[in-house]
Amino acid sequence: MNKRIALIGNPNVGKSTLFNVLTKMHQHTGNWTGKTVDIAIGRYKNLEIYDLPGTYSLIPHSKEEEVTSDFIVHGKYDIALIVCDATMLERNLNLVLQTLEVTNNVVLCLNMVDELKNKKTIIDYNTLSSILKVPVISVSAKNKSGIDMLIKTLNNFKSKESYKIKYSPEVEECIELFKNEKISRFEKIKNIIDGTNKDINSYLLSLNINPIDSIMQSIYSECEKIVSIVVKKEKNKVKNKLDKILTNKITGIPIMLLILFIILYISIIGASYPSDFLFSMFNKLKIFINNVLTNIHLPRIIINFLMEGIYQVLTWVISVMLPPMAIFFPIFTLLEDYGILPRIAFNLDGYFQKSNACGKQALTMCMGLGCNVVGVTNARIIDSKRERLVAIITNSFTPCNGRFPALISIISIFFILKNKILNSFVNVAIFASIIIISILITLIVSKILSKTFLKGEYSFFALELPPYRKPNFIKVIVRSIFDRTIRVLARAVVVSIPAGIIIWLLTNLSINSHSLIYYLTNIMNPFGLIIGLDGVILMSFILGFPANEIVIPVMLMIYLSNNTMLDINNMNEIKNILITNNWTIKTAICMLIFIVFHFPCSTTMLTIKKETSSTKWTLLSFFIPLLIGVILCLIVNVIFNLASYI
Amino acid sequence: MNLCDLKINEKGIIKEINYNSNIKRRLYDLGFTKGTKIELALISPSKHIKAYCIRDSLIAIRNKDAKKIEISGFNE
Repeated sequence: MNKRIALIGNPNVGKSTLFNVLTKMHQHTGNWTGKTVDIAIGRYKNLEIYDLPGTYSLIPHSKEEEVTSDFIVHGKYDIALIVCDATMLERNLNLVLQTLEVTNNVVLCLNMVDELKNKKTIIDYNTLSSILKVPVISVSAKNKSGIDMLIKTLNNFKSKESYKIKYSPEVEECIELFKNEKISRFEKIKNIIDGTNKDINSYLLSLNINPIDSIMQSIYSECEKIVSIVVKKEKNKVKNKLDKILTNKITGIPIMLLILFIILYISIIGASYPSDFLFSMFNKLKIFINNVLTNIHLPRIIINFLMEGIYQVLTWVISVMLPPMAIFFPIFTLLEDYGILPRIAFNLDGYFQKSNACGKQALTMCMGLGCNVVGVTNARIIDSKRERLVAIITNSFTPCNGRFPALISIISIFFILKNKILNSFVNVAIFASIIIISILITLIVSKILSKTFLKGEYSFFALELPPYRKPNFIKVIVRSIFDRTIRVLARAVVVSIPAGIIIWLLTNLSINSHSLIYYLTNIMNPFGLIIGLDGVILMSFILGFPANEIVIPVMLMIYLSNNTMLDINNMNEIKNILITNNWTIKTAICMLIFIVFHFPCSTTMLTIKKETSSTKWTLLSFFIPLLIGVILCLIVNVIFNLASYI
Repeated sequence: MNLCDLKINEKGIIKEINYNSNIKRRLYDLGFTKGTKIELALISPSKHIKAYCIRDSLIAIRNKDAKKIEISGFNE
């Protein structure tokens, strides 16, 4: 018989890791609070497993907690499998005790037991099980130990009356009043907290009892009592030496900048070789395919359409995009799994405070470096709606991985030093400064938004700094290449084929001996020139709306169609094409600005619409970065023009 | 004395949380209840936010929030 298992637990206790182990699926995991924002469903033989967003409590106050609380209280499932971080049992028990008020069908899974040894902690699982009257299984999802036992326990589970917490006599009296209603003890408690019954309210008030205070006090006293019985530990070891350095007032921020620099350095420099290799390989392949197609006597126009249209854009996208992504994603995932991101948020919170924004926005920005869609979705970890909107609207300011290749190629073409080693350092430094500028502008715009469209009071902010956890290197590398890289690449490939077709049509269909693209780019050219770009560039950004990765390839395609003699055999020749089309250092700077600040890609826009369910905020998310990009480019253009007069 | 007054590595016991029930609930979720032992572990470079050890976890809250949490001294 099928069994439905609801997987719940505090944020960042390894639910998704356990879910992946059980279902052999690949939900993305990370060592920070709030990674899972939606319910994921997976299956192991007869077990249907629902991975719910992490929650501290069943009394929700954020969007993602609501999902879980609703599911546990009203949803259909056979067993609630509660995952606890064995190293923080006391706080985790809060959720356990609350869940036991909803249902007797609970299996308790203590995860991360492998870390207990390090912390010199011993937990008496049998006693814990006999106190709570539910099965207690110790596992280490990371090392896949204890999983068989867990599956066996889930399959053989028999429901029996579980442990119920004793509240203060007054609260228990109030619970009694609901005895004729067919609702769980938890719902009765929730009714008392929410104050739905006036008599109860005034009764408790007359006794000077605040229901939530009294109830939570009872729950935590119980947690402390249970932990004092079952947990033996030598000493608290929450503090970590690494934290002292990473969050130190002198070394903290420089170290984070250094980490950023190193990641970028490895991604950029490391990517250039495979990129060149792919380029030349695809070019050789092109000649070969061309020959084959000619030999089977395909009409010239079709060969041209297939090779100069589809093949060209597709292979460019792959050669410039795949290498940096395949390097960046694994490194980023390693840092994420280790637990660096919350420390970044901790270090930067002072700035976010000054901008009336939430410190967790730093986390959404980090995710945005990978992909803005993920950044926008993860804004759910921010409780206040106002601060969440600020984070969503400004997320596209962080250049995502899809825009890296474009930035890299422009930088490496136009900022060249003779000394090779120095050159690569300078290139990476320019790239890093672009990211730092994007962070500064994010902060400034966040501040402006909180003074204008998104006025409001600051509420409260808490950030959990999880323990550092050694990631499983090989698994992270394999997974991040197969899940993240291939998925993002697939999207770019899917988009680049129709884009290739459109460009080919636009460049090959002509009216009055001029191609359609000629007219289109001419219309846009005057505006393009004002902001230091040109019509072709603007056209490429419009065609690149579905995926930023194709902006540069599309742009080169259009340029090439104007100068048919040119053909690209390697990266270096891109420079010639650009210079023939009147590119100067000014164009390059404006281009860099515009790559970072234009409109978010179509997938990000759809996600923003979904997350905000508001056309207004979606439109603002479109026009704000565009406006900033135009203004900055305009300023650069004016400065350069003035300078040329002097 | 409030939470913000703690010096690094100094411990205290939570006496009172002066917040409306909504924010109180969030603090409860993180394990902040009356009588809980709490220790200042880290100070962010900007000094506006500090991380505290509470119930075996490390929770960062901003100073303006910490000011509303009253504590009493703790001697081991």
